[in-house]
Amino acid sequence: MTNLVMPSLVYFAAACLAPLIPHARLRAVLLLGVPVLAAATFFSATYGTSHILPLFDTHLKIFRLDALSYVFALVFSLAAFLSLLYAAHIRDRLEQVSTLIYAGSAIGAVFAGDLVTLFVFWEGTAIASVFLIWSRRTEGSYATGLRYITAQIASGLLLLIGIVLFYHDTGSVAFERMTLDSTATWCIFIAFGIKCAFPLLHNWLQDSYPAATLTGTVTLSAFTTKLAVYALARGFAGTEYLIYIGAVMTLFPVFFAAIENNLRRVLSYSLNNQLGFMVVGVGIGTPLALDGTVAHAFAHVIYKSLLFMSVGAVLYRTGTDKASELGGLWKSMPLTMVLCIVGAMSISAFPLFSGFIAKSLIVSASEPYLWVWFALMIASVGVLEHAGIKIPFSMFFGHRSAADAPKVEEAPLHMIIAMSFAAGLCIAIGVWPENLYAILPYPVDYVPYTTAHVVTQLQLLFFAILAFALLMRFGLYPLEYRSINLEFDWLYRRFLPRLVSRLAMRVTHAWRSLAGRTTAIATRILSYSPPANSASTGTMVLWIAILLGIVLCLAYL
Amino acid sequence: MPQFIAQHLPILQVIVPLIAAPFCALISVRNGAWWLAFVTSLVTFAISVLLFAATFDGEIISYHLGGWAPPIGIEYRVDMLNAFVLTIVSGTGVLTLLYARASVAHEVDAKQHGLFYTAFVLCLTGLLGVTITGDAFNVFVFLEISSLATYAIVASGAKTDRRALTAAYNYLIMGTIGATFFVIGLGLLYMITGTLNMADLAQRLLEHGDSRTLRMGYAFILVGLGLKLAMFPLHQWLPNAYTYAPSAVSAFLSATATKVAIYVLLRFLFSVFGFSIPFEADILFLVVLPLALAGSLIGAYIATYQDNLKRLLAYSSISQIGAMLIGVSMLSASGLMAAIIHLFNHAVTKASLYMVAGAYAKEAGTVSIRELRGVGRDMPFTTAAFVVGGMSLIGIPLTVGFISKWYLVEAALMRGWWPVVIVIVVSSLIALIYVGKFIEAAYMHPAPQGIIRREAPLTMLIPMWIFAGLSLFFGINSSLTSEAAARAAQGLVAASSLIWQ
Repeated sequence: MTNLVMPSLVYFAAACLAPLIPHARLRAVLLLGVPVLAAATFFSATYGTSHILPLFDTHLKIFRLDALSYVFALVFSLAAFLSLLYAAHIRDRLEQVSTLIYAGSAIGAVFAGDLVTLFVFWEGTAIASVFLIWSRRTEGSYATGLRYITAQIASGLLLLIGIVLFYHDTGSVAFERMTLDSTATWCIFIAFGIKCAFPLLHNWLQDSYPAATLTGTVTLSAFTTKLAVYALARGFAGTEYLIYIGAVMTLFPVFFAAIENNLRRVLSYSLNNQLGFMVVGVGIGTPLALDGTVAHAFAHVIYKSLLFMSVGAVLYRTGTDKASELGGLWKSMPLTMVLCIVGAMSISAFPLFSGFIAKSLIVSASEPYLWVWFALMIASVGVLEHAGIKIPFSMFFGHRSAADAPKVEEAPLHMIIAMSFAAGLCIAIGVWPENLYAILPYPVDYVPYTTAHVVTQLQLLFFAILAFALLMRFGLYPLEYRSINLEFDWLYRRFLPRLVSRLAMRVTHAWRSLAGRTTAIATRILSYSPPANSASTGTMVLWIAILLGIVLCLAYL
Repeated sequence: MPQFIAQHLPILQVIVPLIAAPFCALISVRNGAWWLAFVTSLVTFAISVLLFAATFDGEIISYHLGGWAPPIGIEYRVDMLNAFVLTIVSGTGVLTLLYARASVAHEVDAKQHGLFYTAFVLCLTGLLGVTITGDAFNVFVFLEISSLATYAIVASGAKTDRRALTAAYNYLIMGTIGATFFVIGLGLLYMITGTLNMADLAQRLLEHGDSRTLRMGYAFILVGLGLKLAMFPLHQWLPNAYTYAPSAVSAFLSATATKVAIYVLLRFLFSVFGFSIPFEADILFLVVLPLALAGSLIGAYIATYQDNLKRLLAYSSISQIGAMLIGVSMLSASGLMAAIIHLFNHAVTKASLYMVAGAYAKEAGTVSIRELRGVGRDMPFTTAAFVVGGMSLIGIPLTVGFISKWYLVEAALMRGWWPVVIVIVVSSLIALIYVGKFIEAAYMHPAPQGIIRREAPLTMLIPMWIFAGLSLFFGINSSLTSEAAARAAQGLVAASSLIWQ
């Protein structure tokens, strides 16, 4: 199968050609064909297919198709399709081209069989995606984009360092399972960690996703972090650290999400929390857990896109994504409301929705680790609170009645289609999980719909809803505070610069006083022009005599 | 006939210019002297290239003058090292003579052209002779030929600036003292050994062992050559001589005279004395190294204050000579190699820079940096050549200066001499100041009012750019020069009795 076209090349070719199509609507329609065409190149290919590119004295495996890469490539293709469909009204060629390159790089990275290829596409996703933020063309988004690209490039550089060291250590650049026993693998691990938004490395995510264009956010939410999850699953499956990192990741965003007012940021925190589940799955590393991770990533990309799309649709119509400024839209945007609730139920893992059948795998796999299992349970409650209830509630119901809400139109048709498509997938996966289970990397004999599972989950959900209702009743729930919440990034965006600038002031003062004192001396030295002008013959001869004397003395000693 | 020529190449190298020289003074045809000198230099260059090619694979050519065998007769001995230096000297001769036609016509009285070219060719003869000979006294003889000729051609700059006369006079006094010291040293060695052939000398010195006389001789030869090669602080004759000499002469001398002196120093230190007795290396370490370090810093520092471009370049030369001596005093194969490659690299760089200065002298009538403001717009090609040469002085990658600095730093690191590395880097940074100072004046400032400057003629631009091009070419592909330098260094290594790392 050497004539197999690389799927990423389809995207790149389209990215080159798309801007040439003058008619905006035609362009949008044609672009929809790109993910389909790209998916067709690998959809029916057999596992084990690979492409080798000879380069210098080594061989790069630029394409490797196996069960793991297949699932991720498939869901990335789906996500690309959904975001292009959702963004059909966009005329901005820059945004379209960067979406294509971004998706193409992500798929290329998933298929990368060696670290060098991975690095190239890794950087490709970083550079292409920042334009989705810059496409908003505001000063704020420019600054955010710079912060975002800084984090992404840092990840890329660490990866590069890791690859170089790894090659030095082992003489191979194959991208296979690694162990954390050398600087090289630690560098690669942290590079993955940055993209995966590990705790304390996560701030770029909540900072940048809400700042992108409303279509850009949908695109961003799908690729970068899931690519990192894929890379971790490929390279560091069964690394125990990941279990604890993941557990922390599922927990802490819950609280920030609960108090956040910007709904896209709420979703970004929730995204981070969902990544935690996947990271736990990778860390456990059993076939069941890895299957859970992959299934969760698959389901997650779809329902998270759906949620971002619904918030985006509201933002598109009302011009705001702040909970405090929204509410009561159920009457004017009923379809969006229904679709949003489907997404919310999926993320909250209601039975018969995709989140349930995916998350159950990870939760079941985590049972040997009691505390982790407990953390995941708490986190699940949190997910329901902030994503499952807060998002639809604050947009469509909330503090305003339908009468008070501004009269807006329903979301545009193409957005509704995109959301319906995603919602349909969420339900289809939830109802017929076998289809998803069939393509997972390891054979699954897991039955999600047992009485015990369903009852446990429903108990959890209903008690959570009860808690929410009670808190609302007594006005204790921090639903819509207009506030800026202090996060870890305060440390490096405020505290460190302030510390540094204060230090710099001190140094400047010290330097000035030192300089002031030395200037006088320096001026005296510098104003003295060295005796360049004709030394007299006598002086010259004196020098030669002195030197001869010194040499003779030394020679005699 | 070709067979005959091939056999006698070493002597032809010297005898051709020696015979041609007086005829330069006799020819009365217009420009005839120049033509004769130029053709002579071409022939000598061709001979050098043949010798270079013959010795490149490590062969040593030993030529017996008049058929008299070595210890008694005079021997010409060509190995990689002096073939390399011969090529530098004769190649510079060709290009500077090409350049000299326009430049000298402007700077030297037409009546004196015949004598000027006679002296010039004699100077070339002397330098080639010093380099090629294997006889210690012969070195002195040719050193005197070249020095006397040099005094004359430096003095011929008197048409533009009368100070050329005092400069030449000072040079004469100092040069004579240096030569005297050298010959005293030779005399002392002769007292010990009774021979003047270098190879034989080395052999007998080794057998003779340590003595006061030997130490005396070593001291005199070291100091005498130190003066000839302008080792700090014996450099004071150099700035004035190079500043007031005609520009073609400055270009020629800066690329050859001090380089040949360094060659002689290397030859005597390694091939004759050979470091068989510890004090030789000690003195190098205690005297030459500190002076070289001081010279490379102080020379560069003083250069930053100069307004006269030629004087600036002269002080920069002192700094660069310091760099070469650093390489020599490391007493390691890599250090020697760095010094030898810098010999070539600095020759091409400095020659092109002096040619630039000469072009300014001719077209703008001044070499004062202040008065050359804005010259970059009026004389773009000339000034661009300065930028190339200047970058090489600083040691920016892709220029030969970088190659030299690289090897030098590497050699210093190999010996673990961190302070020396710092000195090398600092002197490069100071070079940035003095080069930047001129480039700023040439490009950033508007030209003074009412000055008309035209681009230099092609006969000046071509040799200037050949040198500039060489300093780029060998900066990018240094395989030939570094190979030759490495082999030359190996040759010296093999001749000495130091135990090498």
